[in-house]
Amino acid sequence: MSAMHPDEITAGRLTGALVPDRPLTMDPQTGDGTLIDDPSKRAPLVLNNRSFHDITEIVCGYCEQRPGGWWLPVFGLVSMLAGIGTLMILYLLVTGVGVWGLNNQVDWAWDITNFVFWIGIGHAGTLISAILCLLKQKWRTSINRAAEAMTIFAVICAGTFPGIHVGRIWMIWMVFPIPNANAIWPNFRSPLLWDVFAVSTYFTVSLLFWYMGMIPDFATLRDRAAMRLKKATGPTVAPFINIRQDQLRAWIYGLLSMGWRFSTRHWQNYEKAYIMLAGVSTPLVLSVHSIVSFDFATSILPGWHTTIFPPYFVAGAIFGGFAMVLGLMIPARELYPNMKELITLRHLENMAKIILVTGSMVGFAYAMEFFIAWYSANSYEADVFMYNRLMPPWFAEMLGLERSAPYWWAYWAMISCNVLSPQLFWMKRFRTSPLWIFIVSMAVTVGMWFERFVIIVTSLHRAFLPGEWGMFFPTAVDIFTFIGTVGIFVTLFMLFLRFLPAFAMSEIKNVMPQASPHPDHH
Amino acid sequence: MSKARKIYKTEDGGIVYGVMAEFDTPADLFHAAERVRDAGYSRWDVYSPFPVHGMEEAMGLKNTKLPLLTGIVGLSGAGLGYLFQWWVTTRGYATIVQGKPFDTFQPWVPVTFEIGVLFTAFCALLGMFAFNALPMWYHPLLKKDRFLRVSDDRFVICIEAADPKFDPDRTRELLEKLHGKHFDFVEE
Repeated sequence: MSAMHPDEITAGRLTGALVPDRPLTMDPQTGDGTLIDDPSKRAPLVLNNRSFHDITEIVCGYCEQRPGGWWLPVFGLVSMLAGIGTLMILYLLVTGVGVWGLNNQVDWAWDITNFVFWIGIGHAGTLISAILCLLKQKWRTSINRAAEAMTIFAVICAGTFPGIHVGRIWMIWMVFPIPNANAIWPNFRSPLLWDVFAVSTYFTVSLLFWYMGMIPDFATLRDRAAMRLKKATGPTVAPFINIRQDQLRAWIYGLLSMGWRFSTRHWQNYEKAYIMLAGVSTPLVLSVHSIVSFDFATSILPGWHTTIFPPYFVAGAIFGGFAMVLGLMIPARELYPNMKELITLRHLENMAKIILVTGSMVGFAYAMEFFIAWYSANSYEADVFMYNRLMPPWFAEMLGLERSAPYWWAYWAMISCNVLSPQLFWMKRFRTSPLWIFIVSMAVTVGMWFERFVIIVTSLHRAFLPGEWGMFFPTAVDIFTFIGTVGIFVTLFMLFLRFLPAFAMSEIKNVMPQASPHPDHH
Repeated sequence: MSKARKIYKTEDGGIVYGVMAEFDTPADLFHAAERVRDAGYSRWDVYSPFPVHGMEEAMGLKNTKLPLLTGIVGLSGAGLGYLFQWWVTTRGYATIVQGKPFDTFQPWVPVTFEIGVLFTAFCALLGMFAFNALPMWYHPLLKKDRFLRVSDDRFVICIEAADPKFDPDRTRELLEKLHGKHFDFVEE
């Protein structure tokens, strides 16, 4: 794509050659024009020959204008779910963990399943913002902000569960590195303590990274509000309260922008700080899920005690996280105006490819667990995989085996969602169709929840001694607490789209062709 | 300050902060910045809605010391994290856990790493603010309506009156020669 001078774009507008709100033309070969297979041609990252000003208008429009009529009903529904979840947590806190379906044998169940599920979702955000930044993948600019926001909200949901799963909630301060009444400190040899450090560091660093990325965009929103304020009229925050909405925007966005004024001397430090944050976030994101996997891998329970866990958990986290990014952004792309110009089919295709890669890595890990169970000749390990996970009762009957796996359906739900469904993306037709990508992402999200359920519950429910075997069944409180965290997550995400800059404007402008200071030579 | 700064005033009597000029494209901005640098100005800045590639060289800026500071702080954080765990496990209240020796570095690696990352991240962000003298919620430039459009799609060079080479007429002439538009004096 040739670099277009902003004046050319303005001139094109005036002569009618370029229409600002032209619907995207779809081509059977290249989709919206970005699915180019020829590597010598570079696919545009923003469609419709947008100018810098258009990007500002589109992105700021998402938080300055009222969203469509769908917004309030959807927001009402998800915030109601969030409310139910909060009530369930309150009920748990005032009653005790007995309201969950946990028992002496399966003493970690949905709580830790949900914790690992949500913390894994967060990893895609950091991958997109940090690792793709270091790899100079320019397409990340369209989705990094939303993915980072998703990370923050997912970690909030994740952090809830270890917090509330302790039986004596008033003792939760003991997870912090402070001595208790007997002057004994927490045990620094325990992966559970490492987890406290990993998750809280992850949350803090992701928050700093997210905030720092938004500073220039806050300044843009501030300046737009300030310019509108100078016009005579504008809506007030409420009837009879004589404060204009733009005044509130100028104050809040102004405060958050720290007085950013787009100076090159500032940009220099900013870019250095950004790349350093990306640099430390990259090993951080790999460490967090590795440490989460240590919670299991350092125990001696068959099914948990494996060295493959860290890489397998990290791949699974990125896999599940990308599925969630797609699951949120594909509907958003349909519902918000002009979002399809920023998130093109090629962006979706790229993410679908990452899902295919990480899904296959996860599938490889599943296979490797079986191989090692056989190759290690450890009868407990082999037993876990055969009779805790794999064997459906009807198949066991057919083979004449005495035992079968009660949770076989969870295992097979995981396999079909995580390993089989992404294989559709080998075919271009599926990985370039937003509908199919959405369907597969939802399947993957379900599958990744089941993966954690399979690892945690099926390993626990039949440990070494048959005398202590038991089953786990969730209670209504279990189920609604989980649904509640989904509500909290989507509520926070919708508020993000409504009030914060949902796209990194300064970064998108920077990857547009007209941003080059040397337009003549490429 | 070695030399008293010369004060310039506008017709209205306001003290001049500097002279600003607008540019249409990053390319114009880039070439103008190179010429302003070559003219020997030191107190001036280039404002753009995104960091223009290579602008640091075009402005002749020195490398920032922020990475060095962040590296030192990050490593100190990791060191402190390690020391803390060592003290707790061997001195504060040494407890036998799983019959293992007290002084072993291996289990302390994850927390040491996490604390190092935490210190690095805080230093990168707060150091960026400190090096940029932010937060600064008031600035003469932010009073200019035309300047506020930098956050959208405008490109601005502003040469400050505090620059020893600043001269209202000659500085303006220089910017004019560089295809700058909409000259304006910025009042403090």
